[in-house]
Amino acid sequence: MRFVIALPFLWLAVFFLLPFALVLAIALGSNAPDLAPPVELGFSLKNFALLFTDDLYVAAWLSSLRIAATATVVTLLLGYPMAYAVARTSARWRPVLLMLVILPFWTSFLIRVYAWIGLLANNGLLEQFLRWTGLAQNPETILGTEWAVQLGIVYAYLPFMVLPLYAALEKLDLGLLEAAADLGAPPVAAFLTITLPLSLPGVVAGCLLVFIPAVGEFVIPDLLGGTGTLMIGKVLWDEFFTNADWPLASAVAICLLVLLVGPIALFQRQQAKSLERK
Amino acid sequence: MPIVQIEGASKRFGPVTAVDKVDLTIERGELFALLGGSGCGKTTLLRLLAGFETPDGGRILIDGQDMAGVPPHRRPVNMMFQSYALFPHMSVADNVAYGLRREGLPKGAIAERVAAALAQVKLADHGSRRPSQLSGGQRQRVALARALVKRPKLLLLDEPLAALDRKLREGTRFELVRLQEELGLTFVMVTHDQEEAMSMSTRLAVMDLGRIKQVGPPHEVYERPRSRFVADFIGIANILPDGNRWLALRPEKIALGVAEPPSAPLPAHRIAGEIVDIAYEGDRSLYRVATERGVLLVSAANVARDGRSFQRNQRVWLAWAADAAQVLDE
Amino acid sequence: MGHARLALAVLAFGYAFLYLPIALVIVYSFNESRLVTVWAGFSTKWWTALLHNEAMLSAAWLSLRIALLSASAAAVIGLAAGYVLARVPAFFGRTLFGSLVIAPMVMPEVVMGISMLLLFVGSERLLGWPPRGFLTIAIAHITFSIAFVAVVVQARLVDFDRSLEEAAMDLGATPWTTFLTVTLPLIAPAVGSGWLLAFTLSLDDLILTQFVSGAQSQTLPMLVYSSVRLGVDPQINVLATVIVALAASALILSGWLTRRRA
Repeated sequence: MRFVIALPFLWLAVFFLLPFALVLAIALGSNAPDLAPPVELGFSLKNFALLFTDDLYVAAWLSSLRIAATATVVTLLLGYPMAYAVARTSARWRPVLLMLVILPFWTSFLIRVYAWIGLLANNGLLEQFLRWTGLAQNPETILGTEWAVQLGIVYAYLPFMVLPLYAALEKLDLGLLEAAADLGAPPVAAFLTITLPLSLPGVVAGCLLVFIPAVGEFVIPDLLGGTGTLMIGKVLWDEFFTNADWPLASAVAICLLVLLVGPIALFQRQQAKSLERK
Repeated sequence: MPIVQIEGASKRFGPVTAVDKVDLTIERGELFALLGGSGCGKTTLLRLLAGFETPDGGRILIDGQDMAGVPPHRRPVNMMFQSYALFPHMSVADNVAYGLRREGLPKGAIAERVAAALAQVKLADHGSRRPSQLSGGQRQRVALARALVKRPKLLLLDEPLAALDRKLREGTRFELVRLQEELGLTFVMVTHDQEEAMSMSTRLAVMDLGRIKQVGPPHEVYERPRSRFVADFIGIANILPDGNRWLALRPEKIALGVAEPPSAPLPAHRIAGEIVDIAYEGDRSLYRVATERGVLLVSAANVARDGRSFQRNQRVWLAWAADAAQVLDE
Repeated sequence: MGHARLALAVLAFGYAFLYLPIALVIVYSFNESRLVTVWAGFSTKWWTALLHNEAMLSAAWLSLRIALLSASAAAVIGLAAGYVLARVPAFFGRTLFGSLVIAPMVMPEVVMGISMLLLFVGSERLLGWPPRGFLTIAIAHITFSIAFVAVVVQARLVDFDRSLEEAAMDLGATPWTTFLTVTLPLIAPAVGSGWLLAFTLSLDDLILTQFVSGAQSQTLPMLVYSSVRLGVDPQINVLATVIVALAASALILSGWLTRRRA
């Protein structure tokens, strides 16, 4: 039994926990382009100071949070009715519908984001469609804007929202809704007082599963966003790969981690609780 | 005017006819029981009254009003669910207050009525608990309080005692009857337990295959079953052929004796036999007696302390009064 | 009735949103034109081109090997982790253990990527090992896949009827024999789906891989990414079609298998 505990424990300690200590150490050092790796160890907070004083970084933080939050809300508004409808279809169709939600998840994330390039591009399929239907004569190109990034996030993370919501809604005892109706609650009131509060764990889990990775998202802003869309994940990437500034990139990583520690802890608690309740 | 009038109500689920052209009238202040085995349609009939199902045919009137097109939340009836359906995310008090909040009553009035309802079911100091922190019996009483607090014209109870253990069930029976009499409400209760239906109800309806087989006060249904089904379903009955008709004879109506009873009043009402089996039940025993008219069940009180008044294979005489047997229609 | 129609509309819209972009990618993999936005007639030339794209094929082969190794290792370690989470209520560091297992599921990949790279760089300087490439990519993939296997296994074990294990032990089986003969066969489907999840995640990973891969190795997502950055490429459409077809048949197959067992 000791070995069974030690194997995952040691693996994760060495390959997951220890690296964070290294990231912190590097973040406190400074950039040394002439060395390989380009780092001079030290103890300075200047990288962190830069992140909170430089306008570019501050803007990137804020817009990451805004984009992720907006996209999470939109995903919830789209995902909730879908999960609800799936949970209420007949038992015969439910597995099929559920499989169709999961299927995109099994295909490539990169390619699903790629799919939107052709759709949203200048003179792309969406613009052609809008012109053809006469809905808009000179539509503005969406690709390269924040809109495209939000759309991409909603699209890519929709299954992560639908699945926990479905799990929560499917568990819901329909007798409770009958009881609510019996006590005088019209359907809307019954939804607000019974269904919604009881599916709240699913809502929280779904929102966290979208929000946390969306804040640090790189692929979507890189492929669908433009030079104007600043997101912190892309900043980290550029600092690391383009500017080769490892200490600054590490500082970004540390800040991102600190920012998300609350939501991640919340997600873990929920996960543990939902397993205990079974 | 009766509180409930059901006229030719039917309900089908696919190929199954759950409720088949049922006519039924329930008077104000009754404790009415719908009795039957599983799948007999009693629960569907209750759900038709609550409005969770819409009839395929016929009419349902509550307090003289046609309920067609009236959704559950607008009906003047409340239900106590078999599973209790207590809202797990609300405290006991919030559960009971739920229906009153939907009526938009002022806060003070709600608090008052909730407190009174909880006191009525002896849960006055449990208001702040969650349903999950209560025992089965306490949950049952919360469900009752939640339905009663709305002062419905009609309280529907779906197997109200089924989830309780045996000891608790007996006490709760009396409790329910007491509440019903005190409040002067009409209760309609669904149960599969004939003893429960007999001991609690003022009138009961025996259902089978979506139809009502017989309606009446418990003693009448028991003593004067009209069909073989009812005679068999309620209590135990010996079904005897008598010319081209059938007789139902309850085991406790038969006297068991060692000596041949006097031939008066009529020879048809006595018969000789041999005990083939004895089931000792404490207060009484049930005997299977083989006779020339088949095996008859006889129930006799165990008056003697050693309880062994009769032995297996013993030759005995059976006798019953002229009016003990009930002639069946079918 | 109005209810049902509304639900149908919601489902139609939701699934159209999910599948329309994928459907268009598939359709345009048969496009004659190089431009993905203009339909110029049916052609399979991009399919032929992809089949002869050496770089793409060798990247796919590398990705496949990494995925097989990392999914299998993650299944073993994740099985242990899930078992501990479900069955060992208390030991020194239990809370830390729980956090360590779950955290990689939601950790932003850029953060994990940079931290693992720094670990590998540091260990290379100190120990001269490991060389960056196949091995480092596999280690990175194993690390973030463990969580997914562990969660699936834990969920299955929590539902598990423990009296089955008690019965085995009552009949004389040692704890280890009990695990091998009763527990493992019954949770095997969970381990299997965990493996499949880890396999897919490994095949699909870009960010982590990009950080830890070093100069020599290029996996399929890395190749796709560098090609996609330059704009749309019909060969990527073909690849996407192949991936969707494979994923769909795998999912249908697993659905069919579970239904047959049930």
